[in-house]
Amino acid sequence: MTYSDGGGGTPGQSLMFAATKLNTRNHRLQWLFRALFGLMTLILIVPVGIILGVLVVRGGPAISLEFLFSFPTDAMTAGGIFPALVGTMWLVAVSLIASVPVGVAAAIYLSEYAVDNWLTRVINLAIINLAGVPSIVHALFGVGAFVIFAGFGTSILAASLTLAVMTLPVVIVATRESLQAVPMAFREACWNMGATRWQTIRIVVLPNAISGILTGVILAVSRTAGETAPIMFTGVAFFFPFLPHSVFDQTMAMAMHLFVISTAVPGASDELKYGTALTLITLVLLMNAVSIGFRSYLRGKKKW
Amino acid sequence: MLTERVQLSTSIDLDHRGRDWYADKAVTFLVFVGGISAIVLIIGIFVFITKEGLGFIAGSLDVREFFGSLAWRPTSPTKPTYGILGLIAGTASVTGLAMVVSVPFSLGAAIFIGEFATGRLRETLKVLVELLAAIPSVVWGFIGLSLLNPLIIDIFDVPVGLGVLNSGIILGLMAAPIMTTIAEDALKAVPDTYREAAEAMGATKWQVIFRVVLPAGRNGLVAAVLLGVGRGFGETMAVLMASGNSIKIPTSPFDSVRALTATIAAELGDAPVGSDHYRALFTLGILLFVVTFIINLTADLVVRRAGRK
Repeated sequence: MTYSDGGGGTPGQSLMFAATKLNTRNHRLQWLFRALFGLMTLILIVPVGIILGVLVVRGGPAISLEFLFSFPTDAMTAGGIFPALVGTMWLVAVSLIASVPVGVAAAIYLSEYAVDNWLTRVINLAIINLAGVPSIVHALFGVGAFVIFAGFGTSILAASLTLAVMTLPVVIVATRESLQAVPMAFREACWNMGATRWQTIRIVVLPNAISGILTGVILAVSRTAGETAPIMFTGVAFFFPFLPHSVFDQTMAMAMHLFVISTAVPGASDELKYGTALTLITLVLLMNAVSIGFRSYLRGKKKW
Repeated sequence: MLTERVQLSTSIDLDHRGRDWYADKAVTFLVFVGGISAIVLIIGIFVFITKEGLGFIAGSLDVREFFGSLAWRPTSPTKPTYGILGLIAGTASVTGLAMVVSVPFSLGAAIFIGEFATGRLRETLKVLVELLAAIPSVVWGFIGLSLLNPLIIDIFDVPVGLGVLNSGIILGLMAAPIMTTIAEDALKAVPDTYREAAEAMGATKWQVIFRVVLPAGRNGLVAAVLLGVGRGFGETMAVLMASGNSIKIPTSPFDSVRALTATIAAELGDAPVGSDHYRALFTLGILLFVVTFIINLTADLVVRRAGRK
């Protein structure tokens, strides 16, 4: 770096720094790269924004209380989406009953009991792979294991269990993270009082992590509501004109309904399709937004 | 002295096994069962799809025809053939295009979010990317079908807009947020001391990024791309809806193709349980499972090697 000396060392005058050619070039380059990468980020986000905008404009007029709470009519070319909404709620509820206890147990094991050995590494690898298995392979597993082998037939139970297997990694990872965020000193204090490991977990660790676990559960709900492939062959019907009464019934579901009316029902109006798509995406994004908002609220509130 | 100590310890009964002790043991066991559930399930998935597919692999499978023939005609009444070359070409072309579209932008976005953006902008962008990753694949398929399809027809003046281009773009948009998140994590894992050292030497921000951060986070970035490939390879609904579904090796981006995943989704409903067709579809499932397993394993090894350094 060079500098121009302002006046041959006259007292009272400080050194004046000036940019060299190299400095200027570097600054230009830096500005250029910043703009380039910013543009790339925009290109990633803006099209999706436009797409969502189009969904809102075209699907918005279709959505009304009547649309949400009435049955499809005229061979699914008109009417509402009520049975699909109810079906999705059944699927979400039943799959949570299966995945949350197992997922939380797995996370407690990994965070509170497991030491760093080969078994833990294998478990972590299994979780990564479970999350990476294609959804259609989960569907095949559901057909083989729940529909045929366990004898549940095509039912809400079989479909929900398939979804539960798929969302298990989401629950495990989120829960483990929130358990590990509880400071070690909390546990040590409790152990020093003579509490057993389980008492410590029940009284100290879980209450301090419960909100983090909840964010994970909400994420799992949004995944469950949006999945189509795993439920296609395990329990969700093209059209099922009744509300399900038990877990052994078939049902309709939002994601599957969107697939059906946009590919297999020739006369379905655009308004109906866009309305269904908008409802589904609103449901999923809302759930995610709640989860994210909840998480950042907790992060702000945390005292340790 | 010794006897006194023994008496003391028995009087407060250090070895008391009460209800809490048993509860603790029971929970330890239950939690362990939960802990290994992921292993049990991943093995279970492999066992069950293999069980259903095995009859085909052991019986009618002709390996050379399976991997070398374009003719996937499982429902032919005279002579059903099971050649998956066209399906592999379909999956490869769509995933390939998706990666060409999304890898540069994902890495660019990761660099911007991780290295340039600060404060509120950075948090907002991270949340946006996370929300993008949550859009269900059937909605992406619907977008390909009803928004991108007419757009491609208009712009390029082709008769049908469903094909490699459409599903490649859709898949690229789907995979990008995931790759961005993982790549940004990889950049974040590079210690700040590296950056500070480089900055202390007078390096500008982009010099720090290109000479220090990117080389140090290289393995994580490779893993991010690998996981993106895995995502594209395994994606079902979007590809089923946007690719046009005719089995061939594409010669132009507007050609309609059929992916491995989409084949299972499209045909499983019509294949009678236990038939050769049904078992062949499960064999495709085995193939998908094994390939994604290898991709995930490789990504994990790459990251682990980065961690050891």
